[in-house]
Amino acid sequence: MNQLQQKYGPEIKKILAKYPADQKRSAVMPLLYVAQREKMFISKQDMDEIAQVLDLKATEVASIVGFYTLYHDQKEGSSRIQICTDLPCALRGADLFAEELCEQLGIRLGGTTADGKVTVEGVMCLAACDKAPMFQLQNGSGIYYHENQTVDQALELVDSLRNGS
Amino acid sequence: MTNTVTLTIDDLQVTVPAGTLVVDAAKRIGIDIPVFCYHPKMEPVGMCRMCLVEVGRPQIDRETRQPVLDEHGSPVVQFGGKLETGCTVQVSEGMVVRGVTEKVQAGRNEILEFILTSHPLDCPICDKGGECPLQNLTMAHGPGTSRFLYDDKIQLAKHVPLGELIYLDRERCIQCARCTRFQDEVVGDPVIGFFNRGRSLEIVTFSDPGFDSIWSGNTTDICTVGALTTADFRFGARPWELNAAASICNQCPVGCNLTFNTRREAVSGGNFVIKRAMPRQNEAVNEIWICDKGRFTSYHFSESEDRLTQPLVRVNGELVPAEWGEALDIAAEKLGAARGSLLALAGGRLSNEDLFNMKSLSDHLDGQAVLDTHVAGGELVAAYGLAPGSNLGDLGPGDAVLVIACDLEQEAPLWWLRVKQAAERGATVVVANPRLTKLDRSASHHISYTYGQEISALERLPEAFTKARDRVVFFGAEGLGLAGSARLAKALAELVSGFERTGMPNNGLVAVHPHPNDQGAWELGFRPAADLAAAFSAAGAAYLAGSDPLGDGLVSEADLDGLDCLVVQDLFLTETAARADVVLPAQAYVERDGSYTSGERRVQRFFSAVPEPAGTRPDFTITAQIAMRLDLELESRIAPRAFANLAAACPPYQGLTYVKLARVEEQFPIVGRGDMYYGGTTYENSQGLGVQLPLQEGVVNAWDAPAVQETVAGLSAVPITRLYDRGALASRSRTLAPRLDEVQVVLHPKDAAALDLSSGRKAAIHLNGGSGMEVEVALDPGIPQGYALVPRSMGVPVHRPVGASLRALEGELAA
Amino acid sequence: MPDYILLRHRQIPDLDRLEVYMQHGGFEAFKKAVTTMKPEEVVEEVFQSGLRGRGGAGFPTGLKWRFIDKNNTPRYVVANADESEPGTFKDREIMEGNPYQFFEGVMICAYAVGADTAYNYMRGEFWELAHVLDDKLAALEEAGLLGDDLFGTGFSLRIHNHLGAGAYICGEETALLESLEGKLGQPRLRPPFPPSFGLYGKPTIVNNVETLANVPPIIEKGWQWYKSIGTDRSPGPKVFSLSGNVEKPGNYELPLGSTFRELIFEHGGGIPGGKNIKGIMPAGASSAIIVADEEALDTPMDYESVQNVGSLLGSASIIVIDDSVSMDWLVKKTLHFFKHESCGKCTPCREGTYWMTHLIDRIEAGMAGPDQVDLLNTVAQNIEGKCLCALGEFAIQAVMTGIQRFPEDWAQPEPVAAD
Repeated sequence: MNQLQQKYGPEIKKILAKYPADQKRSAVMPLLYVAQREKMFISKQDMDEIAQVLDLKATEVASIVGFYTLYHDQKEGSSRIQICTDLPCALRGADLFAEELCEQLGIRLGGTTADGKVTVEGVMCLAACDKAPMFQLQNGSGIYYHENQTVDQALELVDSLRNGS
Repeated sequence: MTNTVTLTIDDLQVTVPAGTLVVDAAKRIGIDIPVFCYHPKMEPVGMCRMCLVEVGRPQIDRETRQPVLDEHGSPVVQFGGKLETGCTVQVSEGMVVRGVTEKVQAGRNEILEFILTSHPLDCPICDKGGECPLQNLTMAHGPGTSRFLYDDKIQLAKHVPLGELIYLDRERCIQCARCTRFQDEVVGDPVIGFFNRGRSLEIVTFSDPGFDSIWSGNTTDICTVGALTTADFRFGARPWELNAAASICNQCPVGCNLTFNTRREAVSGGNFVIKRAMPRQNEAVNEIWICDKGRFTSYHFSESEDRLTQPLVRVNGELVPAEWGEALDIAAEKLGAARGSLLALAGGRLSNEDLFNMKSLSDHLDGQAVLDTHVAGGELVAAYGLAPGSNLGDLGPGDAVLVIACDLEQEAPLWWLRVKQAAERGATVVVANPRLTKLDRSASHHISYTYGQEISALERLPEAFTKARDRVVFFGAEGLGLAGSARLAKALAELVSGFERTGMPNNGLVAVHPHPNDQGAWELGFRPAADLAAAFSAAGAAYLAGSDPLGDGLVSEADLDGLDCLVVQDLFLTETAARADVVLPAQAYVERDGSYTSGERRVQRFFSAVPEPAGTRPDFTITAQIAMRLDLELESRIAPRAFANLAAACPPYQGLTYVKLARVEEQFPIVGRGDMYYGGTTYENSQGLGVQLPLQEGVVNAWDAPAVQETVAGLSAVPITRLYDRGALASRSRTLAPRLDEVQVVLHPKDAAALDLSSGRKAAIHLNGGSGMEVEVALDPGIPQGYALVPRSMGVPVHRPVGASLRALEGELAA
Repeated sequence: MPDYILLRHRQIPDLDRLEVYMQHGGFEAFKKAVTTMKPEEVVEEVFQSGLRGRGGAGFPTGLKWRFIDKNNTPRYVVANADESEPGTFKDREIMEGNPYQFFEGVMICAYAVGADTAYNYMRGEFWELAHVLDDKLAALEEAGLLGDDLFGTGFSLRIHNHLGAGAYICGEETALLESLEGKLGQPRLRPPFPPSFGLYGKPTIVNNVETLANVPPIIEKGWQWYKSIGTDRSPGPKVFSLSGNVEKPGNYELPLGSTFRELIFEHGGGIPGGKNIKGIMPAGASSAIIVADEEALDTPMDYESVQNVGSLLGSASIIVIDDSVSMDWLVKKTLHFFKHESCGKCTPCREGTYWMTHLIDRIEAGMAGPDQVDLLNTVAQNIEGKCLCALGEFAIQAVMTGIQRFPEDWAQPEPVAAD
């Protein structure tokens, strides 16, 4: 039993139960979310362990990490503010919002605050085009939408993230 | 039974089996539809979009469901508005395919322009230049000038080692996925894959070691650009400088067809040297693939610094250089003096011609012709083996394969691949082995037994096997000594002799021999010695070729003490050679002509690829020159004549000639130089597909090993076979060296725990209470308790089950 | 205002609670189907209703269900909740506000095609929603509406939520299935189509969330009732996602065939800031851009009519563009999206989107001559008709129509003559 199984045994079992016994591979995406929870990135060891649980090669797990944008293989901010800057949001001021927020934080879009706590990125459509400017907050506990945002509201959130645990 | 379909491609009519893809149908009538991602050995994926064609289909009347006819009575053909990919469209009756229209040509040109936008165009420094599908297709379809700004090209890493054997140039990769699909689909090792997506897709490996597959070299053959290259060949030569010599791999009994590429080099004094080993097509043997051991081990040894190049004779207890004549005189005199008590010991890497001459000399001197092997049963294979016309590629639904006491992937990789493919086509695969091996992934049945219980395991054969139509049985000697192997072979021969279809193609026994020509040695009358040490002790003189019993721990120095004379013929000064009275420097098989008989009893020729080092001679020549001095005339100069003598004297080979062995016939898929974009850089076979020997009828005089006690109390060390061993040839591979296994023993975790051993721990192993040897411990919960599995040819001389003890070496915890 | 059919939560508070949904006739349709209808009858009912897939392609749903391979088991139903088209946010509202109607649709579909397992594949960003829906599914199991031997008929069904992880391409049904199998989300070759070779190679129906939410009312009220809504060839209600330069962006449930003018000006409140409408993208970022003249505004939003004005209705995600927006900027936005989302499997999409972003970046920055606009258009044309799936085709729509239909937006500096 590897570390991932030791830590999340019952949860892994529950995830595996969703898929046919001979199609364990389907569980790779949910297991990657589990592995990412603590550090907000997926390490080589995580990939090896997931591969072990699912009878895959580590490379097959890595390919999934590489393909999908919500998985991260590099350590960045422990929270990620992902602003939708796609066309519909941009028509409603998302680019300006992102620019101002970054300026206030003294970082570039895609950058991380000096304390390593918050990364601000531009991302593609999040299916909330009518509530722009908006972003999602991705961190260890999950992914949360923040809609109809002002820069001040966003800064407040950043403050709480930086001052929180 | 097969349904066929007739269609028209570029005004040529062709009839092909239903289900054929348009690209393959075109290929069969010599029409090239360019492809990058499509490979005839893999499922179509339609990724590169290069094979665009216009496809028309007969218009069908909805009411009558009959084709609509025009005023001339010809079917009306409807063309779709879009171009279609010829690699994904299956042929259908009356289909009309157009590949030379302006629309099609424009479409292909546009795709090629897209591909080139992110290709570095560094052909002048690319290993693939000269045999590159992209380069060739650019000549046909590429734009004259680039509309894509050079500065917009992505700069990527150009020398990425995917492990020690294969290098990746990320800039050159055109994301055709042939390599990843080959690893996943063909050989079941998905240890390379895509990372990222879109234009950022790149090939990665996360295995440890990198690109951990014994098949990795094949990806460089099917790579459509110079993205994947072997550590062996990269920056080694330009393809157009290379000559090609046909050969046969000498690493296992499969007999994969090879081509050695050679060129003259200044560093070799202007002589030809081998630059690389490439697969050569033989759809009945290795198709278009070879394993990495074959690719990277089949010739380096011949270039080894420590090759013998001068005969040596013992003078005053010291081996000193001698002239050939002198050495031959001494050898002949001493061997002749031992008439009636000569031991002629041959290794299975000798050619048929070498073995024939040696056996003739041995017979002439009333000697005993012994084969150095650990697998018995070759004489039974001659009677119950695969009949001419056999092709594992024909096994399918209703057929069955049994693999017993053998880790087929490690012992004969291509057979593993062919059996895996048979399983994928629907054949039943039964694996009988105390532990799980890679073939079990393809098997429908696993029969587990404890070492020594092989024969009783046969009672548990499933109905899917016993009631199958065509049945092939592979057997090795996992966990067995020669006596056990002989018992198993006999039991299997009995089993097979009861099969209704035995004697017909694709039925019968295949011995998984350790060497490329062991089966040839059996056919020519060599037999193993049940107790080799005793055979030496009883002999007056011994004549060894291609065998190192002392180095392999088969005999002790004391066993050789009684010999009046020991003559050793070899490439290297082996431990046994160092003890010899006369040492005769032989030629490597890449330096001369000859033939091997594969485990499937296919006789295949190999050709001289490079000149021999001065001072060396072919084994058959040396033997003939000794024989001549003893009034026996054997062919000493010309291999085909030696083979003709053999064919005249040995019934299985009757009627065979080198000319017959050199016959070829059309093979599909078409590979080779003109078609590199299609099948890859595998060489076309124009030098011979070989001939399968007819089965030998009549009573088989089975070789019998006296019952030797092969069970022991307590922990038993038993031999297993691993591909990457540290034998004389593998250990001389420059390329493979970093991949060779540690000297390991495999234990059950419970046994290990009782001995306070853990995985990776260094330990000392004592055999039969002898002195300790350092090994690394590996664990496998799938093996029976009470056994220590010791790989052969790794320095720990376990040739049959022996008592063993293990103790941890203090403070030697591996990293 | 007539009653909502899909966005019923806007009229019924707490409709996302099982008991409330049940109080308003919830799962009557499912019960009716399972206890009184044969599976084929359910398929026929949906076929007759003329319901067309709401994910974008507009393929007749009942026809798809008819294609299910009855000779192979197990069979699966997969709800496509990957909603990722820029401008589309309707499925999310349905799942948030009226989740049980969607699940009821899944359940009826499963009964109709003989599936005992269904997956709801949601884009990974719907993480919060997925956890809410997990609870909804648990409630259904507890209420005996999911599980074994439902209504004592022997029919069993379980539904599982599955989260993607950020990939637009997974909205393509075969890429979605690959992803659900734990592989890269790259489209498969078609044929075979999912109803014969789908999830794990088994017969599978993949339907969009909104499509499935239409099913319970069809079963409950009959296909004749359903066909009375919308147009003859595009029947039923549709949730239009309205976004961009419009006063009141949001989802609007209207019958298919309502006009752009009605949606944008009547419901959406028109263009803010005293600006004028310039263009309409009716199918999100994948749209051919319509010049918003009077004729276009009066075009009914149904599958055929929108095609007649040179675009597609797609998932009906209407992005409104006002006259302050220049098309080169807009095309830059869409191209960067498609370049980012190209899966990389086929050459023209992978290389073409990359090439086009380089061209548009320079054009938009005013650093390219007019020949570069021509080249951009040519590259788009060279992609056309050659891709493995629709993504590449989507990527060139805004490019080609933006250049063709709004030529004044592409004025580029003449190259300085070399002297």
